[in-house]
Parts: sequence; C-alpha cells; structure tokens
Amino acid sequence: MTTTPDTGATDQSPSLWLSFWAILRSNPLFRYLLRRLGLAVLALVGVIGVAFFLTSVLPGNPAVVRAGPLANEERIERYEREMGLDRPLVVQFADYVVHLAQGDLGESWSSRQPAQDELRARIPATVELGIVAFGLTLAISLPLGILAAVYQGTIIDWVIRLFATFGASVALFWLALIGIHLFYYEWDIAPPPLDRLTIGTEEPPSVTGLFTIDSLLAGDIKTCRDALNHLWLPAMTLALVVSAPMTKMIRSAMLETLDKDFIRTARAVGLPPRTIILVDALRSAFIPVLTTSGIVFGYLVAGNVIVERVFSWAGVGQYVWQALDANNLNAVRGFILLIAVVYIVLNLVIDLLYSLLDPRIRLN
Amino acid sequence: MLHLLLRHFTLLLGSTLLIGFIGVAWIGPTQMKYEPEKVSRNTYERPSKDYPFGTDKFGRDIQTRVVHATQLDLRIAFTVALISFAVGSVIGAIVGYYGDWLDAIVMRGVDVLFAFPSFLLAMVITGVLGDSERNVITAVTIAYIPYFVRLTRGQMLTVRTLPYADAAISIGNPSWRVALIHLLPNTLAPSLVQMSMVAGWAILDTAGLAFLGLGITSPTAEWGVMISEGAQRITTGEWWMWLYPGAALVLAAFAFNLIGDGLRNLLQQ
Repeated sequence: MTTTPDTGATDQSPSLWLSFWAILRSNPLFRYLLRRLGLAVLALVGVIGVAFFLTSVLPGNPAVVRAGPLANEERIERYEREMGLDRPLVVQFADYVVHLAQGDLGESWSSRQPAQDELRARIPATVELGIVAFGLTLAISLPLGILAAVYQGTIIDWVIRLFATFGASVALFWLALIGIHLFYYEWDIAPPPLDRLTIGTEEPPSVTGLFTIDSLLAGDIKTCRDALNHLWLPAMTLALVVSAPMTKMIRSAMLETLDKDFIRTARAVGLPPRTIILVDALRSAFIPVLTTSGIVFGYLVAGNVIVERVFSWAGVGQYVWQALDANNLNAVRGFILLIAVVYIVLNLVIDLLYSLLDPRIRLN
Repeated sequence: MLHLLLRHFTLLLGSTLLIGFIGVAWIGPTQMKYEPEKVSRNTYERPSKDYPFGTDKFGRDIQTRVVHATQLDLRIAFTVALISFAVGSVIGAIVGYYGDWLDAIVMRGVDVLFAFPSFLLAMVITGVLGDSERNVITAVTIAYIPYFVRLTRGQMLTVRTLPYADAAISIGNPSWRVALIHLLPNTLAPSLVQMSMVAGWAILDTAGLAFLGLGITSPTAEWGVMISEGAQRITTGEWWMWLYPGAALVLAAFAFNLIGDGLRNLLQQ
C-alpha cells in the first residue's frame, strides 16, 4: 500500500499549466510577443470604435438618400426603422459589434447586398494592382537606393536623391493623367482608362480573382494579354510615386550597413566589392527596410484609391469613394476596418519578424 | 566641397521656389486680366496669347485660376502645418514629461490614428465634416497631429533626463512650466523638418481630396478641383486643363520637400 495520494491527470494539469506558463513568462521573446499582441488588439478595438462613431456623424441622412428625392416623410421614417437608424447610437454600436463578431459588416445601403460580399468581390482588383505596383516599386527603388548609397556624396547620389524628393512631391492623379494623355491619347499604346478588361471581354473563371493569373489558369492567353495591357499603366504610375520614399529608405539603410565593421572586414579580406554590396550589405540592410514596409503599404493603399478613380478600376478604393458619396455607412466602415486590420496585422508581423531577426529589440 | 554646395543647394532651391510662390499668391491676383470664376464664351481654348494657359469648359481663364488658387492652397498648407505642429508638440511634450497612465492612454490613441494611412484618414474625416475650407483643414490637421505627438514625446523622453531639467525643477518651477517653457523648446528642431514635410503633404492631400470631390469643391479655383475638371476631358486631349494646375501643385510640394530635406541635413551637421 502506498501512502502517496492519487495524483490523477485532472489534479496535476492546473499546476502543470501554471509552471508551463511561468516558463513561458520568463522568456523575453514570449513576453514581448504577448505585449505586442495586446497592443495590436487594443488598437483594433479603438479602430472599430473610431470607424463606427466617425461615420455615424456623417452629414445627411442615409434613409433620405435611399428613399430618393420624391419620397414622403412616412417612407423615410419606415426606411429609418428598417435600417435601425431610429435607435440610440450606443444601441446601434452594440448591434454593429455583435454582427461584426459573426463576420457580418451589415447591409450595403446602396445595393441592399451584404457589405462584406461587395468588398470581397472588389479586393482582387486592388490586390492585383497593388502587387504589380509593389513589384515595380522594388525594381525601381532597389537599384537606385543601392547606387545612391554606394556612390554617396557624388553626383549620382545627388541625382537619385533629387529624383526621390521630386517623386515624393508628384501628385499621383496628375502623373496618372500625364500617363493617360501620352500613352493613350497621343501614342495609342495603352487602352482607354476604363477598368480592368476591354469592354466586351469576358472575365476569366474566378479562381484567385486576379485576372492575369485566372486567365492563364484557364489557358486564355488573349484575356491575359488584355488584362496586362490594362494593368501596366496604373501600376507604373503607382510604382513611380511609391518608389520615391522606398528609394530613400533603402539608401539610408544601405549607408548605415556599409559603415559597419563586418563590411570593413569583408573588404580587408579582399572579397569582391560586388559580393560585399549585393550579398552581405543588402542582406543586412533588409531588416530596417522591412520595418518601414508598413509605411509603403500605406502609400500603396492611399495611392490605390486615387489611381482606381482615374482609371475607373473596379477595386476597393473606387468602392469606398462611391460609398462616401452615397452615405453608404456600412460600406465605408467595412473599408476602414479592412485597411486598419491589414495595417495592424502587417505592423505586428513586421515587429515580430524584426524581433526574431534582431534579439536586441525584444530584450529592452 | 561639391557635397557641401549640393547640400545647401537643396535648401536654397526650395526656399527660392517657395518665395516665388508666396510672391505669386500675394501680388499675382491683382495682375490678372480675368476673374477666376468669370464665365465666357471661349470654351476649351488652347493656350494662346489671350489665354496663356488656355480656358476650361466654362471659358474661364486657366492662368487666372491657377494664380488665384496659389493663395488658397498655400494658406491651407501653412495652416495645417502650424496647427498640427502646435497641438501635436504640446500634447507630445506633456505626455512625454508626465509619462505613466497619461502617456499610455494618449499613445494608444495615437496608435489607432496611425492604423490609417493619413490620406485615407483625412478623406473619411472630410466626408464626415462636409465640404468647406475649414473642414478640409481640420481633417488634414487631425491626420498629421499624431506625427508631431510621437516625435516630440520621443525627444522629451531624452531631454527630461538632462541636468538642466533637474535644475529647473529644484528651484521650484511648477511642472507644467518645466515641461512647456524649459524643455519643449529644446525638442523642436526635428519638428521643424517635420513641419515642412507636413506642409508639402497637406498641399498634396488637399488637392487629392478636391480631386475626389471632397473638401474644396467646384467652382472654387483650387489646383485639385481644376485637375479634376481636366480629368473629365482626358480622353479628348484638352491637356492644358490639368497640366498647368498640376505643375503648380507639384512644384509647390517640391519646394516644401526640398526645404524639409535641406533643414534635416543642416540639423544633422
């Protein structure tokens, strides 16, 4: 007979969990993760509140807009009741949050469709434009940023920096107009600035929603070419403007890295300069560039709203512009949440990657 | 030597451009032959001797409108930069000096604002407030206040540990006085650079909003409004309608950015 009390799994597990927790808590990386995650959740809660209350004070009554100019008082009141606009704001907010928790953004008042469905249908167009623009941005800013850093203080550096400063000052919509005027009106190389495909072209069967990829998957080269044909000018416009801040960031990150001891050592050892710059320095400069990609995302999204307007591109940016115009609150809120969530998650991921790559960050 | 010359060249070029713009805004409107909102029968005229920048769809002289718009756009840029700087750095200084729960609350609020790209924030706020000059100034200002709060707070955290801060406290100054009168001025140098940048962004944002039909609206002579009117004729080739107001806008933003860059280099020396 043993006197040891029976320690079943149920009794043991709380203390085991507690000690597991204690070990985790003592890990600085985990503590940092937890803190950072908490902050992101707080920001998210704030964003939901801001998105709701900010749009709720929009001037104009959405019920009036929906009822149309000839509607009588009674009809407007009925719409108000239907849309829940007659209830106190706090009740409306509680209702909104409850629905949000179920992934429901509410009804888009212009079309009477769920706002999340409409947004989801618009996302691929924006993503396709954004990805191509980002790729072009890197293709422009990486070589320029590296060149400027390597030839710091020379005329090359000066010209590239002037380009970057000028690029930061160029109004996107103006650049887009110049592009359309030259490439469409004057030289007829680009299609008219009307959406993603030539009118009458059938959309490829949707897999990813990106027309270029979907049409390739369907083996439809002609549609793919048409999609690319419509894509390059808006993407190039966006890329030219976004590559201005990007070039500056890459330049300063490279400058800092080229100054480090390990680069000097590599030089002293006699490694070829090209290897030092393109392999060692660039790899190390990647970290600070990574942390600023949140800013680049911001530029891309804000730029998208304008580019989509100029090119009648049926993406999220054009959607929110129309929604703001029509007092379509649920659509505007959905857009704000979408952008903010992507922004917050992106910054979270960047910070975590950063702390994994560079232990100094999480230790203090 | 070349480097030194080039470094100051940036500041010099920027200031020259800006002074030029201020001159145009000041005396330009009195030198014009036409009225900015005066309609005429000569619609869609190409640039000519009578109309150096051409006319728009109501036969208004584009040069006159560009010149009149200079005043409005510069006024908005300066106002936004000044107010967001003043409000942002006072909040940043107080928060950075007292720290603790006040700091935690305000900085979480700043985090929320930073979760939106500033142009989109200004876009939604303008949509909420409605279209007027004052509302667009308010919206863009709110979008840029967080930049100054974060900047000044960071500076304050270093400055408040300096010996002279202790000295100011120990001779019995009230804490608000130490924070705002003694320490705040010492944190302002980076804000100056930021102010110049914000002025440049503000002018681009204001025009961008006007281009989308928000804030300043037609028939007011404003660069973004004019570009937007020109954009409607983009497929028929009336390039003068959007080219000239856009060139003015970009040059003005370029001036502010050059000054910002130049100041930064000057301060880093």
